[in-house]
Amino acid sequence: MKYVDEYRDQNMAGKLAAEIKRTVTRPWTIMEVCGGQTHSIVKYGIDGLLPKEVELVHGPGCPVCVTPLEMIDRAHAIARQPGVIFCSFGDMLRVPGSNGDLFQVKAGGADVRIVYSPLDCVRIAAANPAKRVVFFAIGFETTAPANAMAVWQARARDIRNFYVLVSHVLVPPAITGILDSPDNRVQAFLGPGHVCAVMGYREYEPLAPRYRTPIVITGFEPLDLLEGILMAVRQLEQGRAEVENQYGRAVSPDGNVDAQRMIGRVFDVCDRAWRGLGVIPNSGYRLNDEFRDYDAERNFELGTIHAPEPAICISGRVLKGLKKPHDCPAFGRECTPQSPLGATMVSAEGACAAYYNYGRRLVSLPSQ
Amino acid sequence: MCLAIPGKIVELEELACMRMGRIDYGGITRNACLEYIADPKVGEYVMVHVGFAISKVDAEEAARTYQFLAEMDQLEEIAVPEPEP
Repeated sequence: MKYVDEYRDQNMAGKLAAEIKRTVTRPWTIMEVCGGQTHSIVKYGIDGLLPKEVELVHGPGCPVCVTPLEMIDRAHAIARQPGVIFCSFGDMLRVPGSNGDLFQVKAGGADVRIVYSPLDCVRIAAANPAKRVVFFAIGFETTAPANAMAVWQARARDIRNFYVLVSHVLVPPAITGILDSPDNRVQAFLGPGHVCAVMGYREYEPLAPRYRTPIVITGFEPLDLLEGILMAVRQLEQGRAEVENQYGRAVSPDGNVDAQRMIGRVFDVCDRAWRGLGVIPNSGYRLNDEFRDYDAERNFELGTIHAPEPAICISGRVLKGLKKPHDCPAFGRECTPQSPLGATMVSAEGACAAYYNYGRRLVSLPSQ
Repeated sequence: MCLAIPGKIVELEELACMRMGRIDYGGITRNACLEYIADPKVGEYVMVHVGFAISKVDAEEAARTYQFLAEMDQLEEIAVPEPEP
């Protein structure tokens, strides 16, 4: 596939890795923000190509992972109501709430459907006027324009039986939260390429000098990641802290202005709870008052839902780059992708699930 | 989740008052919404996420990684120490 295969060239990957090795003189800790990047790094063994001085830690950029357990329970409570068609991206279906996952809710008789695009749900709503159709609108800034357009379209077509359960999160407040943490060890970031395709990278430009931390907007293929790492290492070695763009083929400095305008029409910025990290101020989107009739949280009676997380889970510290998956005593034992205990195991893009799925269960040997 | 796949626009169409396009991903084709793409043209590549094109693929920028690597090779040759006389 054009623009994919050429960025997986093994020979070139080796050259980039050699250049990183030549450039590095001391230890550096770099965080890739996005779960898609984590998945690629583990899948292709990118970290195994790096010199021992360069450590990659895995960031909080997996929206499925950071969706709070309470929100998942809320989704299940809505899906179980009679007369509801509950629609979700496939990744969300296997994520367990306090009482099973959406597949089990479906097996219990609920009408749960996997959709590829939020526009599919608008179509389902139009075709089923006697039902209430609810879409689980999760995601980062990348997904927000699509979800916003679905709501916008529903209103434009006067479709009144369409609702969204919004659990949108934003990347820059999470980066700031990690950098403000007193035990932070991240020295540079690989920024989220597709989030920036939508948002551009202007909002990251004040962060790099303020925290003296390079941010390299980076793509998702092996050569993208290696080039992003090389650019970050060069900045660190030269004492620079700037925003650089490795992913110029998809990201422009101002991003997609039309998409940003649609986000602004439909959503307001709000405080959001992140699974594993807690509430981060101004870190998410919710529907604005103009679209309140489409807001599932305001139109479904759900009562109080409280869902405590298992105490053993260290996913909060994994998401901040303080711990690796195999530092957790439950990793691969009580906690697996089939029965995850926390954020980083619930989705294939979570660091723990990626380590588990690509056979890194035996990495931490018992100390002698 | 933030996965976006590069695909080639093979057809433009209008659907429910939205600009849509048929996108070819190396042989598999699917519809995508092109509302967020300024002046989309058949033959151009776009990055598609959950059925929405979120940016055009900049062909010149795409070639940049290769130039960068080619230059790195040349530097490697320069870096070879000159033979002792």
